[in-house]
Amino acid sequence: MGIEVEKKAGFDTESAKEVVKELRASFVAGKTKTYEWRRTQLTAMLKMMDENEPQIVAALTDDLSKPELESSIYEIAMLKNSCKLALKEMKHWMMPEKAKTSLTTFPSSAEIVSDPLGVVLIISAWNYPFLLSLDPVVGAIAAGNAIVLKPSEISPATASLLAKLVKKYLDCSCIKVVEGSVPETTALLEQKWDKIMYTGNGRIARIVMAAAAKHLTPVVLELGGKSPVIVDSGIDLQVATRRIIAGKWGCNNGQACISPDYIITTKDYALELVDSFKCELERFYGKNPLESKDLSRIVNSNHFARLLKLLDEDKVSSKIVYGGERDETNLKIAPTILLDVPQDSLIMNEEIFGPLLPIITIDKVEDSFDLINYSGAKPLAAYLFTNNKKLKEKFVEKVSAGGLVVNDTTVHLAEPTLPFGGVGDSGMGAYHGKFSFDTFSHKKAVLYRSFAGDAAVRYPPYTAGKLRLMRALLGGSIMGIIRALLGWSKP
Amino acid sequence: MGSQSEGKAVFDTESAKEVVKELRASFVAGKTKSYEWRVSQLTAILKMLEENEQPIVSALRDDLSKPELESSIFEIGMLRNSCRLALKEMKHWMKPEKAKTSLTTFPSSAEIVSEPLGVVLVISAWNYPFLLSLDPVVGAIAAGNAILLKPSEIAPASSSLLAKLVADYMDGSCIKVVEGAVPETSALLEQKWDKIFYTGNGRIARIVMTAAAKHLTPVVLELGGKSPVIVDSDIHLKVATRRIIAGKWACNNGQACISPDYLITTKDNAVKLVDSLKCELEQFYGKNPLDSKDLSCIVNSNHFDRLLKLLDEDKVSSKIAHGGERDETNLKIAPTILLDVPKNSLIMKEEIFGPLLPIVVVDKVEESFDVIKSCGGKPLAAYLFTKNKKLTGKFVAEVSAGGLVVNDTTVHLAEHNLPFGGVGESGMGSYHGKFSFDAFSHKKAVLYRGLGGDASLRYPPYTPGKLRLLQALLSGSILRIIRALLGW
Repeated sequence: MGIEVEKKAGFDTESAKEVVKELRASFVAGKTKTYEWRRTQLTAMLKMMDENEPQIVAALTDDLSKPELESSIYEIAMLKNSCKLALKEMKHWMMPEKAKTSLTTFPSSAEIVSDPLGVVLIISAWNYPFLLSLDPVVGAIAAGNAIVLKPSEISPATASLLAKLVKKYLDCSCIKVVEGSVPETTALLEQKWDKIMYTGNGRIARIVMAAAAKHLTPVVLELGGKSPVIVDSGIDLQVATRRIIAGKWGCNNGQACISPDYIITTKDYALELVDSFKCELERFYGKNPLESKDLSRIVNSNHFARLLKLLDEDKVSSKIVYGGERDETNLKIAPTILLDVPQDSLIMNEEIFGPLLPIITIDKVEDSFDLINYSGAKPLAAYLFTNNKKLKEKFVEKVSAGGLVVNDTTVHLAEPTLPFGGVGDSGMGAYHGKFSFDTFSHKKAVLYRSFAGDAAVRYPPYTAGKLRLMRALLGGSIMGIIRALLGWSKP
Repeated sequence: MGSQSEGKAVFDTESAKEVVKELRASFVAGKTKSYEWRVSQLTAILKMLEENEQPIVSALRDDLSKPELESSIFEIGMLRNSCRLALKEMKHWMKPEKAKTSLTTFPSSAEIVSEPLGVVLVISAWNYPFLLSLDPVVGAIAAGNAILLKPSEIAPASSSLLAKLVADYMDGSCIKVVEGAVPETSALLEQKWDKIFYTGNGRIARIVMTAAAKHLTPVVLELGGKSPVIVDSDIHLKVATRRIIAGKWACNNGQACISPDYLITTKDNAVKLVDSLKCELEQFYGKNPLDSKDLSCIVNSNHFDRLLKLLDEDKVSSKIAHGGERDETNLKIAPTILLDVPKNSLIMKEEIFGPLLPIVVVDKVEESFDVIKSCGGKPLAAYLFTKNKKLTGKFVAEVSAGGLVVNDTTVHLAEHNLPFGGVGESGMGSYHGKFSFDAFSHKKAVLYRGLGGDASLRYPPYTPGKLRLLQALLSGSILRIIRALLGW
């Protein structure tokens, strides 16, 4: 414990330089490139999880009071699936992709080769500290890179456990964990990385990208936003309500980047929706949700105070239709629903990231789209509950977000065939499944030619005849080429 | 001309804000989204090229003394192909891509929808001012964006012609050209764009990316580097030499991002290679290359001086094996070959971007890979001439560059099925063909579920039974699922 604390205190620019130097030496020595190495690391990760599930659950309980089911399913099982998929598909992903060549370079063949980028930095978040740390690492390993992982200090038990487990199970000469907060992260960001992947908020993301710019380091930024849920009428309200609750309070008590942030529904439907929520919320969390063991707490007092500020704002506190209870000692806020808060309230102008759910009402359900686009900030996710085919089409056409789900919330995260990432303020780049492999790879174009068939047409001295023929060749039309060869095309 | 200079003089932050505002309004109004609009704009570019080949060739001659064949083929011909390909394939590119879904979300269906990013900024370069301005624009149009193009002021005739032609042929409410230099570019970079596409050098690229970071704007940076050519022995030397010359001096006189920058060959092969180069250079450009009409000039006196500085450095000027002649009045430097320059010379430290070709000599050809790795950042391209399959395999495995070509130079640029872009210092992102469409699109994941068949497993109150069953479901193992269902 003493040594760990010393290390943390002393991690400065020099230490960061050393770490990068060591990883770069490992990378250059080719350690991370072999299929075998990648396999062993991913297999080790699976073993790590198999042998440490209770410890991981305990750390998540420490940091977030995360319910065991959420830890087990949404962090550990998802990560396991990620490893398993990579192990299964990696050989295929690593194969060069043949590319068709054209008449212009005939005879030739071409392929796109996936190269590791080199030494990558992964900066993780506090809300799914296990998943959001190691899921990107899975991609980086599969693509053959050396890695530094910087877990969030706001979930310290998990950060500490990650450091311990990575050291024990993975190849430390190629994969390292650096714990710390602003000073350590700053020291890391001064170094030259081949890629930086950051999960978190827009303010820090700007700092990360500006630091990356100094070294022309490409970045993936997984951010957030206000993910809206449009609820149409004429649907199975019970199922819809349950799915919204599962995506909101069932996901770390609303502290998830793709949690439903707020609801939009019609004036006519609002009360029915509120009643359905009240009913299902009680079914899920009982009459005293502050005592339910199935809800994460608010991560720390900063965020607790932040959320209360949103809730207790003058024109907002009167709009509570359900919940509002809080327990400061245990950092708990009950599931809270608000109806018709003003557009200019704080709660409608920042990502909530907590157990408060405003419902905005409109006249016609089609008005939702303008409301969503009103702020100009594209969210990470957007949801629609409807049976109306045309409304679905309009939704997909008009709403720009990282990802959309019709008739559910958050589950698209679990589909490895879908790229997971934001757009605009919600981020850039994507990962999951093969997208993770691609994001940590350089797609290198390779063209093979032979010495045969060298056309003097491209060489100086340039003549009118050569120009005609080159034009025809580039045009790709056989007739054009013949005409040029016979001297028939215009100069 | 008067109003243009006035326009240029006062293009400040306010003007930049106004331009973005107008483009955004056009985009939000949906003008650029329809397939028909995209087709009309690409068709307009084709018409523009068709009707203005001579003015374009003229402008390129003004700016670069670019030979007509190079202008016609490498700028206009390539651009035409780009438009044609987009017109042919766009409908297909625009279609959502179906994605398989798993047991976890059963029953469900999914797709990946390509949507335009919005309002994009394309900042172009001076060496292929037409191609590097409009080729990215083709991609941005195909993807349905509103566009601002900022051509390079270092090629002013082309910049001016582009501004005129775009205004004449294209939809001015959605596609604009802003001419200017540092002040105008800075004003543009302060604005919020949905993507910035920059072609040029690493120094400005850092400025562009830093500006983009303020708005979380994604970028494509097409830069350069020192593109090496490894020349093995026992090859068809004449063909190899010609292809090197074609990629170097016949590409804007070495002023191209993927031009061979320097050669690496073995001690045993060096003299033969130099002789072959001398022979073919004379075939191509005659005995007095300074008089040849088939060579571009050096673009301006800044670059002319920069190149002379590389050439006239003490330990370097004595290594000239061919050429070295210069004509300051006409900004011409003859094709120049240097043999065995010191590793720490200026000419081996920066991207040459001109008609000077150093040859580095090694004992064994395999040592080339270390030379390349020690030569600064990862280049935009790397080339190898060999008949040796093993060496080819090693080259592809060990050399990291934007793109590689075996037994030729630069031609990969013309293959639209290959992503064209750099890595590390040579850039990020890529384009050409469908990669252009993708570069200017947001790939939006869409998952569709039905409201029937709802499993209460995921809902609180959480129980050990639910946990077991969920774990089993997620593991995908049927046996495990059955056991969990039976409470085992």
